[in-house]
Amino acid sequence: MTVSATKTTSTAKLLPSPLNAWFVAGWDHEISAKGILARTIAGRPLALYRTGDGRAVALADACWHRLAPLSQGKLVGRDEIQCPYHGLRYNAAGRCTSMPAQETLNPSATVPSFPVVERYRYVWVWLGDPTKADPGLVPDMHQLDSPEWAGDGETIHAPCNYQLVLDNLMDLTHEEFVHSSSIGQEELSESEFEVTHDESSVTVTRWMRNIDAPPFWLKNMRDKFPDFEGKVDRWQIIHYYFPSTICIDVGVAEAGTGAPEGDRSRGVNGYVMNTITPETERSCHYFWAFMRNYRLESQLITTQLRNGVHGVFGEDEAMLLAQQAAIDANPDYEFYNLNIDMGGMWVRRLLERALEAEGRLAALPGS
Amino acid sequence: MADSHHILWQQAVVDAVSDVAENIRRIVLRPERPCAIRPGEHVDVRTTIEGEQHVRSYSVVNAADDGTHLALSVFRTPTSRGGSVFMHSLQPGQSLEITQSMQNFPLRIGAPSYVLLAGGIGITAIAGMAALLRRLGADYRLVYVARSRDAMAYLDDLAAMHGDRFEAHIDAEGVSLDVRALVGSAPEDAEFYMCGPIRLMDAVRRAWTERELEPTNLRYETFGNSGWYEAEPFTVRIPRLGVETHVGSDESVLEALERDGVDMMSDCRKGECGLCQVKVLELAGRIDHRDVFYSDRQKEPNTKMCCCVSRVVAAEPGTDPTPRPTILTIDVP
Ligand SMILES: Cc1cc2nc3c(=O)[nH]c(=O)nc-3n(C[C@H](O)[C@H](O)[C@H](O)COP(=O)(O)OP(=O)(O)OC[C@H]3O[C@@H](n4cnc5c(N)ncnc54)[C@H](O)[C@@H]3O)c2cc1C
Ligand code: FES
Ligand code: FES
Ligand SMILES: [Fe+2]
Repeated sequence: MTVSATKTTSTAKLLPSPLNAWFVAGWDHEISAKGILARTIAGRPLALYRTGDGRAVALADACWHRLAPLSQGKLVGRDEIQCPYHGLRYNAAGRCTSMPAQETLNPSATVPSFPVVERYRYVWVWLGDPTKADPGLVPDMHQLDSPEWAGDGETIHAPCNYQLVLDNLMDLTHEEFVHSSSIGQEELSESEFEVTHDESSVTVTRWMRNIDAPPFWLKNMRDKFPDFEGKVDRWQIIHYYFPSTICIDVGVAEAGTGAPEGDRSRGVNGYVMNTITPETERSCHYFWAFMRNYRLESQLITTQLRNGVHGVFGEDEAMLLAQQAAIDANPDYEFYNLNIDMGGMWVRRLLERALEAEGRLAALPGS
Repeated sequence: MADSHHILWQQAVVDAVSDVAENIRRIVLRPERPCAIRPGEHVDVRTTIEGEQHVRSYSVVNAADDGTHLALSVFRTPTSRGGSVFMHSLQPGQSLEITQSMQNFPLRIGAPSYVLLAGGIGITAIAGMAALLRRLGADYRLVYVARSRDAMAYLDDLAAMHGDRFEAHIDAEGVSLDVRALVGSAPEDAEFYMCGPIRLMDAVRRAWTERELEPTNLRYETFGNSGWYEAEPFTVRIPRLGVETHVGSDESVLEALERDGVDMMSDCRKGECGLCQVKVLELAGRIDHRDVFYSDRQKEPNTKMCCCVSRVVAAEPGTDPTPRPTILTIDVP
C-alpha cells in the first residue's frame, strides 16, 4: 500500500452512500397501518408506517423529547404515532400534535419526516435535500408490477458495504466459481462483454453463443418448451441505475434462432431485479426478485424460481460476508482492479461523483 | 430530535456589513466549516457584552448554496445592553464565534399552498422560505408588516422578487394588516409560517383557532424579545429566599434573579419550554405574558409566569409608577 493513493486512483473499500437519492425502505407489504417498522437506511434510523388512508410515512426514529425510538410506540388516530416513553404524538409531517401535562405545543417540537414514493412494489425514501426529491428519479423497475411479468422475491440482510453487492452484480464471471452448480459455466469468463454508460446508468452486455445450457436454464427452457434439447445462445444484460438498482436481463434461446439480433421467441427471458439500500457502513438491505415473461399463470414456477434464486444468492451472501471480514481484517491492503471490473468501476465513478456533489467525498476512506 | 440541532462552535470571519434599514444591519459571515443551510435555520453567536460572553441567536437570511457565505440581519434593540450593539459594531475582517446553523423552524416541502407572514425583523426567518418556494414554483403568499417603511429590511428586493405574491402592510401609511381577514382568506389546507412580535403572532393564533384550522399547519418561531407593552423596570421579590431585586427594562426577571445569585432553572429562554416557570404570590401591576408555553386560559388568572420573557408593567402602563411601585412577588422551584 502506498500513502500516495489518491481518490481517483484508489478503489474505495467502504463507500459512503449518497443522500440525494431514492432508496428502497421496504416492500409494500412490510409497511402497514397495523404496526411500525424500524429500519435503518443509510445510517438514519427510521420509523416506517402507513396512515389510515394507506399513505406510507418515514419519520426519524427518535423522539424530539428524549430521542426514545418512536418505532416502539404505537399508531393512534388517523395518521399519528405516539412515543412509547412520555406519550408525545406526531403526525405524518413529523409535527407534534400533543404534549403531556401542558395545554400548548412547543412550536419547535418536530421530528424529520422524509419524502416517500411508492412504486414497483416498494416504498422508496429520500434522506437528502427534500427540494430535490423528484419522483421521476426513482429507478425503473417496472417488471416488478407489470402484468407482462410474473415472479417474486425476498430480502437479504447483507453483512457488507453496499458497494460490494453492486460489484458482485456488475460482474457475473463470479458465477463460474460461486454458483458452479446452478448457473455457472466456463464460457462466462471466456466471452467478450461490452460496457456503456451515461450520467445515471451503466450497462454491461454479454452474449455466449452456441453453448450448453447450465442446469437452471435448461429447466426454464423446458418449462416453456418441454421437449427442448441442444445448444443455446445465452445473454446477460446488466442495467445499473443510480444509486443502487441493478436489473439484469437474462435468458437463453435455442442456438441460432436470432436472439442476439432481437428475436427471443425461441427462448426464455427473466429479469433479476436487485436494489440495494445501505444500512450501516458495513451492512445493507438487499431487495431482489426474479421476474419472467412466460408461463405467467404458474405459481409453481414462481415459487421454484424464487427458491432457486434464494439458493444462488445464499452463495453470494456467504462470499460477501467472508469478503467484508477479510477487508476489515486487512485494513492496510488495498483493492486492485481487473478488466472484468469495468462495469463496477463505472458504478463507483457515478456514485463518487454524486458524493462529491453533496460535498461528502472527503468522507471516503483510504485517501 | 429536531432537524439539525447539533451545537458545533466554529470561527467565522466578517466578510461585509451594510445598513439595510433603520437600525438594521446586514452582516455577511464566512464560517470556518461551511455547510448547506436551509430556510428557517439560525446560528447562535457568542457576543461580548461589557466583557462578558453572552449567546444570542440570529436567523440566516440567505446563504451561498455551499454555505461558504451566510448573511444575518440584526435589529439594534432600543433597550439592548449590548448583544445587538455588539453585532452592529462588527467590521469586515473581524472574527467571532458562531455555531453551525441549527433548525427549529423547518419549512415542509410539498404543502398545497403557503402563507408566510413576517413582522419587522422577523423577516429574517421568513425571507429564505419565500425565496425557496419561489424557486420551487410553489403556491405561496408573502405578507410583510411593520410600523414604518424605513424600518423594513429588504422591502424593495422582496417586492421585486415576489411580485404579485408579495404584500406589505405599513402602520404609518395607514394600511395595517387585518389579521382575521388574512387568516380567513388562507386556503383550508394551507401551511402558515410566521415570525414577528408576540402580539402579531398571538392575533394569528387566535384567528387560526377560531377558524378551527389544523393546529399543526400553523408554524412559527419566537425571537423571545417582544411583548404587549414596552418594557418597564420593576421589583421582584422571593419572600422564602429573602430576595428582592430590581429588574431593569433591558433585562428579564430570569436574568435579574440569576445576577442576584438565585439558582434558577431554564432552557429555551424564549418562552417555549416552560422550564423557567415561577409561581406568582402577589402582584402590584399587571403581567405582560410574552411566552407561548401557557394557554390563554392559563395566563388569565396570573398565578404563574415564564420568567425568561414575561414581565410586569404598571397597572396603568406608561404612567408614572412612583405612587404605587410595580412589584412582583413570586416563589421559585
Ligand atoms: C431563533 C432566534 C432567531 C433570532 N433571529 C434574529 C434575527 O434574525 N435578527 C435579530 O435582530 N434578532 C434575532 N433574534 C433576537 C436576538 O437573538 C436577540 O434577542 C436580540 O438581538 C436582542 O438581544 P440584545 O443582546 O441586543 O439585547 P439585550 O438587552 O442585551 O439582551 C436581550 C436579552 O434580554 C432579554 N430581554 C431584553 N429586553 C427584554 C425585555 N424588555 N423584556 C424581557 N426580556 C428582555 C431577551 O430575551 C434576551 O435574552 C432571534 C432570536 C431567536 C431566539
Ligand atoms: S422521549 Fe418521547 S415523549 Fe419523552
Ligand atoms: S426557559 Fe423556556 S420558557 Fe423560559
Ligand atoms: Fe452471484
